[in-house]
Amino acid sequence: MPMKIIASTCTACSACEPECPNVAIREKGGTYVIDPKKCTDCVGHFDEPQCVAVCPVDGCIVKA
Amino acid sequence: MSTSTAAGSMPAKTYVSIGQIKPLGASLDVPAAGGGCGTSGGEGKASCGSSDGPDDMPQAIWDKVKNHPCYSEEAHHHYARMHVAVAPACNIQCNYCNRKYDCSNESRPGVVSQKLTPEQAVKKVVAVASEIPQMTVLGIAGPGDALANPKKTFETFRMLQEQAPDIKLCLSTNGLALPDYVDEICKYNVDHVTITINMVDPAVGEKIYPWIFWNHKRVTGYEAAKILHERQMLGLEMLTARGVLTKINSVLIPGINDEHLYEVNREVKKRGAFLHNIMPLISEAEHGTVFGLTGQRGPTASELKAVQDACMGGANLMRHCRQCRADAVGLLGEDRSEEFTLDKLEQMEVVYDLDKRKSYQDKVEVERQAQQAAKQEALAAAANAVGVADDMKVLVAVATKGGGRVNEHFGHVTEFQVFEVSATQALFVGHRRVDLYCQGGFGDDEQLPSVVKAINDCHAVLVAKIGACPRDELLAAGVEPVDQYVGEFIEKAALDWFNDYRGRIASGAITHQPRGDAQIRQGAFTGGLAEAA
Repeated sequence: MPMKIIASTCTACSACEPECPNVAIREKGGTYVIDPKKCTDCVGHFDEPQCVAVCPVDGCIVKA
Repeated sequence: MSTSTAAGSMPAKTYVSIGQIKPLGASLDVPAAGGGCGTSGGEGKASCGSSDGPDDMPQAIWDKVKNHPCYSEEAHHHYARMHVAVAPACNIQCNYCNRKYDCSNESRPGVVSQKLTPEQAVKKVVAVASEIPQMTVLGIAGPGDALANPKKTFETFRMLQEQAPDIKLCLSTNGLALPDYVDEICKYNVDHVTITINMVDPAVGEKIYPWIFWNHKRVTGYEAAKILHERQMLGLEMLTARGVLTKINSVLIPGINDEHLYEVNREVKKRGAFLHNIMPLISEAEHGTVFGLTGQRGPTASELKAVQDACMGGANLMRHCRQCRADAVGLLGEDRSEEFTLDKLEQMEVVYDLDKRKSYQDKVEVERQAQQAAKQEALAAAANAVGVADDMKVLVAVATKGGGRVNEHFGHVTEFQVFEVSATQALFVGHRRVDLYCQGGFGDDEQLPSVVKAINDCHAVLVAKIGACPRDELLAAGVEPVDQYVGEFIEKAALDWFNDYRGRIASGAITHQPRGDAQIRQGAFTGGLAEAA
């Protein structure tokens, strides 16, 4: 199940983008989006989804 | 002056790299006497930023700080800084920070209106340097953490070093990533780094930092604060070893780290911090910060001053911080960022005016030296004044629009400068922001009480002019309005007033009464904009 950024709460701080091991995050329309085809929930890379761990807004990045 | 050789070699074209201009201060034979934060009678070490010039610091360090508004209190009246918001990401969470909130009247660290790419940032810096000739310092202060955005931060520095090598580069960081980037910081000649250090004990730190992002994990609690603390100390030690000047920012959070800041002061001083800036927590529910929502209050003026006073004698103490935005432009206490938005930059034709920049800076130096001469004269007069050597000290608020003089109408003041005056010295101790009290030539009496609250701990307020109504209100509140020192240098005026005050006490005309506490304004500093607008 890929992760999803809730655009209305995203502050566009960009913290998640460089943390993604799959390069699945990019800026779009003033906030950031996750490409569901590339997202692996960081399984095999890290213990927890990196975007969720670094995001300053609780609940902004959730399971799609 | 040797600047003329640089000017003579300028190629005749509209755009001129500002790197070809030698900053005026660098060519001074006599160092502009930075009186720290006020006159210091005899043994007094100036409390604020760089102090009395090369006498008490190596020339190389004095050269670095003398025109830096954040490092030299005296320079901040004359030279401007700007921040470019290229670093939105952060690697930790602080309970006093919420970067989501922004409006044009919001003024606090971590807040920004427009995020910039490095290219946009460089364009903005060059435009501002042309428009504001006294702009000598460029900082990257967020809105996140400069070193959590290393590519954007260092790309901006790299380009600026090429296009504007005379502008001093600074960055602010929470310190978590700092040890990893000390080499880069030195590579781009970043010679001023600010580290926010609020604790040296993780048990205190866990009340301030809910989490950090570290080694691909979100770490919480004591462990998070411990890692952050260790990285901060290591980073500070590494910068000191490399000769990079450091300023330590500490947010005073009553009940959490107030007394603990003495220990912070001791530890950072031990590791070579150049300047310690203890600033009040800004905490309002409307900011949406954890502390704002839990009702954690900020300190009162006397609580802040008590901690700052106790930390004097440690690292140099900064008292003139205005806690500016991550995209502020201009002199400390003013923000001209609205003049340099992306839209306006697009249409701006940047013509670099060397003469304007140089002639302005020439004037600045004349003013600086006149100010120092007046201070010395006032000191000498004070030393000769007949009077008992007692340790009476009072606070005096001053209405000034710059130049170190008493030259502002009471009603036009957006912030007062506060000096602690004794028989022998007038020491700058801070600013008090106040609402614009008077607009269009007539006062609005309803706002006066808030002005009184802001300077309620002062015995007098020195102004250029004051209306009858506010005069009566101040007198009723026990604050003496004084308008007889119009145009005089502040320290001289404050010392003269104080000697007069003591004379009146001695003659029995008045009795000395202690003052109460004052409030530190928590809302946005509007810097002269009408609140009602």
